[in-house]
Amino acid sequence: MNIHKIANYLNTLADSETGMTFDCQPISGEVDVLQITILGREELPIFVSVTDDQILCITYLWGEEEVKTECINDMHVSMLEMNIPMPLSSFSKIGDKYVVFGALSINSNFDDIEHELTVVNNNALEVIDDMSEYLI
Amino acid sequence: MSIFKKIMTAIRGGASEVGESIIDTNATRIFEQEIRDAENHLTKAKRDLTGVMAEQMAANREVDRLKREITEHEGYVGQALEKNDETLALAVAEKIANLESELATQQQAFESFQGSANRLKELVKKSERQVGEHKRQLSMVKTTESVQKATSAITDNFSSSNSKLLNAKDSLERIKAKQQKFDDKMKAAEVLEAESGDGALEAQLKAAGIGAQSTSANSVLDRLKAKKNKA
Repeated sequence: MNIHKIANYLNTLADSETGMTFDCQPISGEVDVLQITILGREELPIFVSVTDDQILCITYLWGEEEVKTECINDMHVSMLEMNIPMPLSSFSKIGDKYVVFGALSINSNFDDIEHELTVVNNNALEVIDDMSEYLI
Repeated sequence: MSIFKKIMTAIRGGASEVGESIIDTNATRIFEQEIRDAENHLTKAKRDLTGVMAEQMAANREVDRLKREITEHEGYVGQALEKNDETLALAVAEKIANLESELATQQQAFESFQGSANRLKELVKKSERQVGEHKRQLSMVKTTESVQKATSAITDNFSSSNSKLLNAKDSLERIKAKQQKFDDKMKAAEVLEAESGDGALEAQLKAAGIGAQSTSANSVLDRLKAKKNKA
């Protein structure tokens, strides 16, 4: 599995089971990254990279500077508590950005990847909505 | 230091400088080489094990053969004694003594091979576990490295395209607004359909009291009263 195969599959997907329309844009760099946007949700792109043994799907949530200083501990606790109930995704932090991500086996099929992308995106939307009390 | 701790320290220390590698690539290469060496040792140990197990099987077969031969010759001694041929019986007994000494040697060899095979099996298992563990650790290091590089590519892409990641709340509001607009459009389309399609004509006919009328409680009561009066 590589990002080009994923992009080809998603771009040619006429009738998605998930009811979503994907647009894929490869970003070149030392590691190939695929930027995937979902129609109507362009503000929350999903970044996909493929390593030796897994496929990582990451969506940026918010930056440290967007968190109300007095709420940061409560927010961290909420995130930890939500980590298990949240389907197929987990919270993490890359640099100064909080993210939600899903990791799939490199042997996953296209349906699994499509499902994961949809779930990560839905989770990101819900999380921002639910945690907006902690945000500026 | 555990691999988790090392990665955490590396991330904490290097995350501020995007684009700067947080993992020492040289160390990763050395680690990969160590795993390859361990795998080579493992292959050699497995080959040795196969050899020892073959020797063990051969020794086992020899032990069985000697046991069968001893039993067979013991029978011959019995037969010679029955025929009162003491000399022959003694000759066969001597042969048995030789066979028994050979059996003892073979038995010892078999046990020694068995011991070696068990030790090698244990070693192979242990090495396999170790290689598996090293591979898992390497995967963690490489994933960290890959995410770091991916982040750098994403950041570069954003700065070069002059756009930036939006504030989370703004993003959500914009997505919600788009969703609302989409829903409104759907609703408008439904209304339009109702006004211009068959639905509108039916509603007009109904208002004029033409066509099938919906039953009301009063009409039901009237019907039942009429029925009762007839009876």
